[in-house]
Amino acid sequence: MTTTLAERASGSAAPDRQTGARSLFSSAVFWLFLAVLTVIFIGPILWMFLTSLKTNPEATTIPPTILPEQATFDAYDSLLRLDGSYPVLRWFFNSLLAATLHMLLVLAVASCAAYALARLRFRFRGFFFVVIVSTLFVPGFVFLMPNYLIIDRLGWLDTVWALVVPGAAGAFGVFFLRQFFAMLPGELEEAALIDGANQWQIFTRVVLPNSKPALATLAVLSFLTNWNDFIWPIYVLFSPERLTLPAGLRLLQGAYTTDYPVIMAGAFVASVPVLILFVFTQRYVIEGVSRSGLKG
Amino acid sequence: MATTATSPGRTGRRDSTGATSRIRRHAPWTPYAFMAPFLAIFITFVAAPAVFGLWMSLHDWDYMLEVKPFVGFANYLNLFDSTSAAFEMFWNGIRATGIFTVASVPLLVGIPLGLAVLLNRRFPGRTFFRAVFFMPYVLGVAVVGLLFRFVLDPNIGILNAAIDAVGLDSLLNALGVGTPIPWITAQPWAWISLVAMTVWWTLGFNTIIYLAGLQDIPAELYDAAKVDGASSWQQFRHVTLPGLRSVLVFVVVITVLASANMFGQSVLVTGGGPGDSTRTALMVILGEGLESFRMGSAAAMSYLLAVFLGIVSIINVLAVRERRKS
Repeated sequence: MTTTLAERASGSAAPDRQTGARSLFSSAVFWLFLAVLTVIFIGPILWMFLTSLKTNPEATTIPPTILPEQATFDAYDSLLRLDGSYPVLRWFFNSLLAATLHMLLVLAVASCAAYALARLRFRFRGFFFVVIVSTLFVPGFVFLMPNYLIIDRLGWLDTVWALVVPGAAGAFGVFFLRQFFAMLPGELEEAALIDGANQWQIFTRVVLPNSKPALATLAVLSFLTNWNDFIWPIYVLFSPERLTLPAGLRLLQGAYTTDYPVIMAGAFVASVPVLILFVFTQRYVIEGVSRSGLKG
Repeated sequence: MATTATSPGRTGRRDSTGATSRIRRHAPWTPYAFMAPFLAIFITFVAAPAVFGLWMSLHDWDYMLEVKPFVGFANYLNLFDSTSAAFEMFWNGIRATGIFTVASVPLLVGIPLGLAVLLNRRFPGRTFFRAVFFMPYVLGVAVVGLLFRFVLDPNIGILNAAIDAVGLDSLLNALGVGTPIPWITAQPWAWISLVAMTVWWTLGFNTIIYLAGLQDIPAELYDAAKVDGASSWQQFRHVTLPGLRSVLVFVVVITVLASANMFGQSVLVTGGGPGDSTRTALMVILGEGLESFRMGSAAAMSYLLAVFLGIVSIINVLAVRERRKS
């Protein structure tokens, strides 16, 4: 588990040993192909950033300029000065708060449940596991209507709790951590048990410290999911000052349809945290995603 | 406590913890205490809503009205009654979601497979390229939607400008395609746009899952195939594909599920248009339930769509299994 994909791959990837001009040609084609793909994947993100540095007349000229004639932060400046219906900075902190609280809640409840399912023995263990995992294959929209009413009944509409709590019922975290916990060797736990440790102590002092990579992966994935969530926030939040960035960006698009630098600046502000997070934790993100497929 | 164990190391073999037991490890209620916080949230936001939704779908459940009378299967039957208000809206949404799913799933199953095979070769920088292809996926649909609304803009978008710049417009005109291309405002361009941007956005996810699957195929199988003189294509056909079969089932099922959830792209890029042609089932359900507040009807729609999806998933699983036998 601690080995990354790259490390595992270097041992097993089929080596491409060819000789002569044909190999040189095929490797040139290969690198050209990769370069084109890289432009396709990075290009639009770069375009978003470059446009946000332009003035609106420049952003809408034909033919468009690639690099801004004179890079300016005017779009960001006006983004922060929009009237009270579009408090972008507030949306940013709302998103940050919701995603952070959601991440902490997921880590807490999923790790406890996964510990019980992986390492404790009890009568309904198999039943719980099957029920929880089977919800991975139930499309989320089935829960939208009733959950809206439940959130309403709890008095959580238009509050951060509507964003933080319901998603923590997701089965992925429990499933993912259970698979990891189940692979930990039993000896450490045995030693602790003989020393008189109780299960809570084993969980917090033995299992959790030995599961840092898995916990980091789940933390990053749950943060990303919550930060990017779109459907749920646009329906459970109403007040302009309570919105998250994705919900706010939709309003912004409706109101500033023609001011592309401002809209691209808003989109870029929503992208920067996740892009930075991804750059520094891509190992964990990719590990987590690849684990999700191995259940077969 | 520890001394009560009899024949340690044997009796506990089958325990998934690999531990010896007869030791009293924990009180009977301990596992339930660990499960309790998650179960409380799970019951409130998954188990209860699943039942509650079904119950709503059997009632004339209008958020605005005090009385919510039981109507049996009327909400479902309405969806099959061409004279009802919900009928056309619902099936139009199902058609839109269906078109999107049929167009995007093959691309999202096929292209990532090719990319994964490419990235599974040994070359410097493969970790970098893997991250590059995955990068769009970490952006939210709101960002991707706004970005492509701009990129695809028929008048000032970079895509049409690029087509002009490289002289592709005269070629397109010669083929009978009018330029500038109305990427957002006319069909089939709107579907092409929505599918292409979704492929760009989510392709990295399936690629990573395939890559993990590829690395579980033993290298000896490739060595053996090479000894037998198998070409690259034969290796792919007879080693790679069979080795990926269970991963393939998983990818197809989750990609169909994800495509059926299509919502944000239509909302932000086409606004459901031109006409109502890209107004997906999820847009219809959310409009019916959370904008018109006919939640009973919306719940019935979502259950019916879920049943369709279940049937499609079962067919997918069976189809791949069938191929294994032959």
